[in-house]
Amino acid sequence: MKELLKKLVSVFGPSGNEELIRESIINEIEGFADEIRTDVMGNLIAVKKGTGSKIMLAAHMDQIGLVVTFVDENGFLRFAPAGGFSVTDLINRKVIFKNGTVGVVSYESEIKEIKDITLNNLYIDIGAKDKDDALSRVNIGDAAVYYTPFAENGTRCTSCAMDNRASCALLIETLKNIQTCPHEVYFVFTVQEELGLRGATTAAYAIEPYAAIAVDVTDTGDTPKSLPMAVKLGAGPAVKVFDQSVMVHPAIKNLMKEKAEKYNIPYQMEVLKAGGTDSGAIALSKSGVPTGCLSIPCRYIHSDSEMVDISDMENGAKLLLNILQDGIKIDK
Amino acid sequence: MVELLKRLTETDGVSGNENKIRELIKEEITPYVDNIHIDNMGNLIAFKKGTKEHPKKIMLDAHMDEVGLIITYICDNGMLKFGTIGIDQRVLLSKRVLIGGKVFGVIGVKAIHLQEKSERENVIKQENMYIDIGASSKEEAEKLVKLGDYAAFTTEFEEIGNGKIKAKALDDRAGCGVLIETLKESYPDDIYACFAVQEEVGLRGAMTASYKINPDIGIAIEGTTCSDVPGADEHMYSTVMGIGPAISIIDRSSYSSKEIVSALIDTAKSCNIPYQIKRTMTGGNDAGIIQLAHEGVRTGVVSVPVRYIHSPVSMMDIKDYENTIKLIKEFLRKGVL
Repeated sequence: MKELLKKLVSVFGPSGNEELIRESIINEIEGFADEIRTDVMGNLIAVKKGTGSKIMLAAHMDQIGLVVTFVDENGFLRFAPAGGFSVTDLINRKVIFKNGTVGVVSYESEIKEIKDITLNNLYIDIGAKDKDDALSRVNIGDAAVYYTPFAENGTRCTSCAMDNRASCALLIETLKNIQTCPHEVYFVFTVQEELGLRGATTAAYAIEPYAAIAVDVTDTGDTPKSLPMAVKLGAGPAVKVFDQSVMVHPAIKNLMKEKAEKYNIPYQMEVLKAGGTDSGAIALSKSGVPTGCLSIPCRYIHSDSEMVDISDMENGAKLLLNILQDGIKIDK
Repeated sequence: MVELLKRLTETDGVSGNENKIRELIKEEITPYVDNIHIDNMGNLIAFKKGTKEHPKKIMLDAHMDEVGLIITYICDNGMLKFGTIGIDQRVLLSKRVLIGGKVFGVIGVKAIHLQEKSERENVIKQENMYIDIGASSKEEAEKLVKLGDYAAFTTEFEEIGNGKIKAKALDDRAGCGVLIETLKESYPDDIYACFAVQEEVGLRGAMTASYKINPDIGIAIEGTTCSDVPGADEHMYSTVMGIGPAISIIDRSSYSSKEIVSALIDTAKSCNIPYQIKRTMTGGNDAGIIQLAHEGVRTGVVSVPVRYIHSPVSMMDIKDYENTIKLIKEFLRKGVL
């Protein structure tokens, strides 16, 4: 799993620009799915055919990115945030464009107090001599992502794209390992989650699943003086109860707990006070879809150093596999 | 062309109260379209058949609602309290409004002589403002106005400066005008022109219209923010007045289809139409909801730069308006992607 994760986090895929990461996931799953297609929004949908009810699994493949909106006379770039960025996470970090151009994000230094700085006071410096020089390397509309290498300390790994490549890896592993399953399973790698669950909205509409499980990262409460939250790194995948986008369907939540206990997989319950996930969009599709969410605990989400524990991903994949193979039945 | 804009901007259509503006637009487009439909939300959807054999479905959208006020309470002394739709409270004082299309009122403010120093230095909150219709009691006011009546600004359309116009509601009557002019020709593909309701309160009209139309592509035509004014940094201009229609790459509500953005840019270049790329991500528009219809729709956004939107008076360059019409027409003539 670690090798797969390492590969996936190094692929460029900011929201709205998922071509490369989609290509790379297709390469991974080719031969394992019965059908692979890309829809209008750019979602990658891999189907494991079956005669049973349709289950949709969703992991978003986009990562937060910066979109160039303006280049000044001196060659400095201004940008719009595609996804949730904080000023303090960005200052003096390196970012990289699709074509390999690397830039440094910094701020208008006449502003003395960090709290007074907004994203509008930041710029990207690609070392250009002037506007023409900058435009010879980067165009208006080009997107950049954090440029931070994958690092590991045993099972603890950091990278700028754990959100949500960790979940993509989990889904890919599940697809590769699934044997007999009473369902037709749709493995969906969604686009533009970071911009408002957009890919999952149209994918769920097209698939019209019987039930769904989204996989995403979640915050933890296990760092010094962190906000209280009963999720720890390394204590197992988290079963979501709710976040700002969804109240998890009790049948799915209970099923996830039940299977974790049955197969002796460590798990923890998760209540996320801020943020939403694809599960919210799927749950409201058409006449409603019973939807759950399996979460991978992750520290420092949306920074350039998101940290996960590989064991949580492995246990998550095991749990998801057993849920699918045992079958999902909901008393409606 | 300018005369149409005058009528479009001087007709009221505060969100949820689009009857008058819808009637006007319907009259304007009837000679040019094959079919007109008004849906349950109040959207005006016009269909114009394409000339090619297997036409695609193109949804063109401009919202016909405008920002404004809604009467929420009638005081014992005959003054009216109100709620706002999309308006900065600082621009409300001393403005003239027309309630329900028939009763004039002013948003009163205590004369400067009577204000304490602290009152002069602070912005008066909207909840402390009232509309004065000259009634001296609740009973008198109730004869003229009902709770829930809308109030619109009364700004007159005027041509000013060198080819500029000032008017209320250019967001998005400019887009409505572009759409009306566009409908005067036929194109290879089927056109579904949607004059949408309730954009300003959350893209509501376009939501149901795009579900009904289920288009192959969608283009929202907007009057968008333009802040090329003193005190703004160049990168925060959003758009610049007078240098052509603005094409959006990303805004708060949508990430435009790359194929549509490059087709628009190619069209502009090959037809010598000036254009600009919108510089900020702020604001959303109907494209945000059109793209999510059914299994997803490729969308784009083209805007006329408009200074001072969401206020009683906005300003636009006629050249930008004309070039937006030209760009949309040329884009459609080429036949879709």
